Amino acid sequence: MNKVFNKIESITGNVITVRADGVKYHELAQINTRFGKSLAEVNKIDGDLVSLQVFAGGQGISTGDEVRFLGHEMRVSFSEDLLGRIFNGSGEPRDKGPALTDNMKTIGGPSVNPTKRILANRMLRTNIPMIDMFNTLVVSQKLPIFSISGEPYNKLLARIALQAEADVIVLGGMGLKYDDFLYFKEELSNGGALSKTVMFIHTASDPTVECMMIPDMALAVAEQFALQNKDVLVLLTDMTNFADAMKEIAITQEQVPSNRGYPGDLYSQLASRYEKAVDFDDSGSVTVLAVTTMPGDDVTHPVPDNTGYITEGQYYLKGGRIEPFGSLSRLKQNVNGKTRKDHRALMDAMIRLYSSYKETLEKKNMGFAMTRWDDKLLKYGQLFESELMDLSVNLSLEEALDLGWKILAECFEKDETGIKSDLTDEFWPVG
Amino acid sequence: MTENTGKVVSVNGNLVSVSFEGNVSMNEICFVNVGETKLKSEVIRIRGNIAQIQVYEMTGGIKCGDIVEFTGDMLSAQLGPGLLGQVYDGLQNPLPVLAKQAGWFLERGIYADGLDAEKKWEFTPTAKIGDSLRAGEYIGTVPEGPFTHKIFVPFYLLGNYTLKSIVDKGEYTVSETVAVLADERGREIPVSMSFRWPVKRAVKCYTERLAPVETMETKVRLIDSFFPVAKGGTYCTPGPFGAGKTVLQHTTSKYADVDIVIIAACGERAGEVVETITEFPELTDPRTGRSLMERTIIICNTSSMPVASREASVYTSVTLAEYYRQMGLNVLLLADSTSRWAQALREMSGRLEEIPGEEAFPAYLESYIAAFYERAGYVLLPDGSKGSVTIGGTVSPAGGNFEEPVTQATLKVVGAFHGLSRERSDARKYPAIDPLISWSKYKTVTDADKSDFCKNILTSGDEIGSMMKVVGEEGTTISDYIVYLKSEMLDSVYLQQNSFDLIDANCGKERQRYVTDKLVCVLGSEYSLDNKDDARSFFNRMRQKFIDWNYTEFESEAFAKAEAEIDAIYAEGCGRLSREAELLLKAGD
Repeated sequence: MNKVFNKIESITGNVITVRADGVKYHELAQINTRFGKSLAEVNKIDGDLVSLQVFAGGQGISTGDEVRFLGHEMRVSFSEDLLGRIFNGSGEPRDKGPALTDNMKTIGGPSVNPTKRILANRMLRTNIPMIDMFNTLVVSQKLPIFSISGEPYNKLLARIALQAEADVIVLGGMGLKYDDFLYFKEELSNGGALSKTVMFIHTASDPTVECMMIPDMALAVAEQFALQNKDVLVLLTDMTNFADAMKEIAITQEQVPSNRGYPGDLYSQLASRYEKAVDFDDSGSVTVLAVTTMPGDDVTHPVPDNTGYITEGQYYLKGGRIEPFGSLSRLKQNVNGKTRKDHRALMDAMIRLYSSYKETLEKKNMGFAMTRWDDKLLKYGQLFESELMDLSVNLSLEEALDLGWKILAECFEKDETGIKSDLTDEFWPVG
Repeated sequence: MTENTGKVVSVNGNLVSVSFEGNVSMNEICFVNVGETKLKSEVIRIRGNIAQIQVYEMTGGIKCGDIVEFTGDMLSAQLGPGLLGQVYDGLQNPLPVLAKQAGWFLERGIYADGLDAEKKWEFTPTAKIGDSLRAGEYIGTVPEGPFTHKIFVPFYLLGNYTLKSIVDKGEYTVSETVAVLADERGREIPVSMSFRWPVKRAVKCYTERLAPVETMETKVRLIDSFFPVAKGGTYCTPGPFGAGKTVLQHTTSKYADVDIVIIAACGERAGEVVETITEFPELTDPRTGRSLMERTIIICNTSSMPVASREASVYTSVTLAEYYRQMGLNVLLLADSTSRWAQALREMSGRLEEIPGEEAFPAYLESYIAAFYERAGYVLLPDGSKGSVTIGGTVSPAGGNFEEPVTQATLKVVGAFHGLSRERSDARKYPAIDPLISWSKYKTVTDADKSDFCKNILTSGDEIGSMMKVVGEEGTTISDYIVYLKSEMLDSVYLQQNSFDLIDANCGKERQRYVTDKLVCVLGSEYSLDNKDDARSFFNRMRQKFIDWNYTEFESEAFAKAEAEIDAIYAEGCGRLSREAELLLKAGD
């Protein structure tokens, strides 16, 4: 029943209102403006007055433009053809490929019945030692990467996309700089991962409303792949931009703000996206890694704060490295007991020694004399940082563990490491 | 169901306005018809002929003119045998049943009965024909797991009733009539083993509400000895993310000395519920020797499930708790997290365009929180037995700052406060309850004087510790340094507990009393320690022995042996009991 309306009552920011009957909540409409067509979504109905958020933004819309209701909610096409393709927040191709319209699936669907989930217990290998060895990522886990503007978080995501042991990668970019978009495209195609990747990209210059669609599009596609028994890794960057887009629309619609201008439902909105992470009882899985930049490096800012309550731990990316101290994968103990028997003990010992190294470093900076033990720690800390913490390191868990032993052996005697002797006897490198 | 219907006139998020004729009551349940599906909703404001309703489902697809059917009933829970061991959503739909009907996802518009309608229960009548009965008195019993489930005269029946007839002992379903009551005018009312009760109303079918005096053991030393919770009392656990609120509640739900535990996972992760569902059926309840799941009910409305039913979920949980309390049982309700519930109120309030209070929470936040916690209580029942509902709620303050409205409103009404701190959790201290800010108004399992003695050591130790950060170890006197070492030792051997170790995690009150005495002796003594290195190594050795002692079974051979080793170290350090400690220990005898 594609009804057409020609009278727009009001235009405020990206939200327009029209008088129309029989319109459904969350229904999509198409607006023909002088700049072309745009989608719009109904986000409020008051009698016959219908508010729509226009994906392309309010700029240049005339009160006489034509609004055509499409009779369905926002959908995304799902098939194997998605792989290797790039779309925008409206689901239109950003690459030169054809538009996809088969097998349309509604986005933002209902949540998974908790009784159909299974306990997260499979490791997801990324070949990044700071993740695999120290804060293991688990299939179906949802983890944010807390970072600050200027840090190489997109570089980290690209590495994970290239190296992770996932069947399908879905990348959702929100408010990406165009350069970063090009970087992802190039890295993934050079690395040969493009063929198992679907990208939904919103760049900083694209309309705000499209930004809000990205996580739902990405997660809806991921969910469909997971139901086909695939392990899907969803990479989102940057969720703070997503929250800011929500804030913008909420304020435009005169909603009462709760904390620093963010809408009162920020927690629920973020949670309904992160909770899409799932390991289905006899089918595939969705794992979510999402960059959240912290404005002013403040973890109590509403976006990282609410995120922290939702997710199962966090990675801190600071100074170009994944910080071993603040970072935590809450599910790691579900898996790191059954990888290799020295995994846990080595992880604990190396972190403990690294923390002693940090103390020594402080002492050194304050001008105290260095003991022989301090010198050992300094050597160890530098080796640890260059050989294991650097983002460009690409090692399997087993190689990383072996390297860990090698570093320990280069710096310390067996009994200085505090590791049980039956492990040092077995794993300590000879010669 | 009444014939009353209305029509949708506006939609904003999960708030829908409906124009109606006839009468509609506040908090009445209604269904919005969207095509073939009916979406459950609740009336939350009435203005003229417009009712505003919150929809318990996603509202996509609703349009103006859609028919709304009013039911005339308030949101209610079905009460009867078969609640234990269930996993419900916030509206008491059993999730495994929904999974059978709808598959992977929680499709909207699908509802199921809270109790299995087919299952037969063995009913034994206890009331006799001619007995005079009131609401909340029982007419028979049914065995349910390890408990004797009482079948009540429905709580909503007002006045006196006479028992007209009752069935013989036998097997019946929850909806079959088992008795007939007659009211004062002779009107007959059939009664089955189940009935419905509106969740937002407190059950008050008790004779008298008593002061909570008996301590509820949680087996967490820091709580039981220092900041205890009473049966029928209330407590809250605020803390920043990652401080271990959920882990603490999870351990409490396993070891707490109560009959029934109700876990309300309100707006939290689904993964945690999965953990409980997977783990609990495998664990045995040390009190009954049966599966832990048989004493547990899980109400889960996780963060991605619709926000309106999140609001309902805490009320559903507390109603089930009150129902089992009526049987003379001790029930513990663990709500994780009440902040998510408060946020659900805030979301709705925003949509209703109410004038916002602090941080945009509605002005009635405090009275709602108070009303919820006041549903806890230790009560005397009509048959002379006593039952209790204890409520423990976690709070997730924004930015970990306890000054925010939900934490403050909660602190006003609870009897104990267990504040978790980021510093303690970062230092991997479990439980991360900060002893310097927490408090409790209830009775400890140990002597109050002894627990104050220990708390004083912690306070002085903390003061010395912060001074030492400025003046360094060299600038601290040996006596101050020893107090500092004592407080550190107390923290690591008594306050901290290993939740993964079966013995250490489950520390009963007799053991707590015994160990406290030993601690008063060790910490209340002076030693011949000349320099700081000796002092440090002495207390390190003492600490190690105490920790080993914690892992031995109470009153076992190993326990005695470890204790003897502690005594040996004590003798080595030439411990002399101080006057204060001596008096304390004497008073204990």
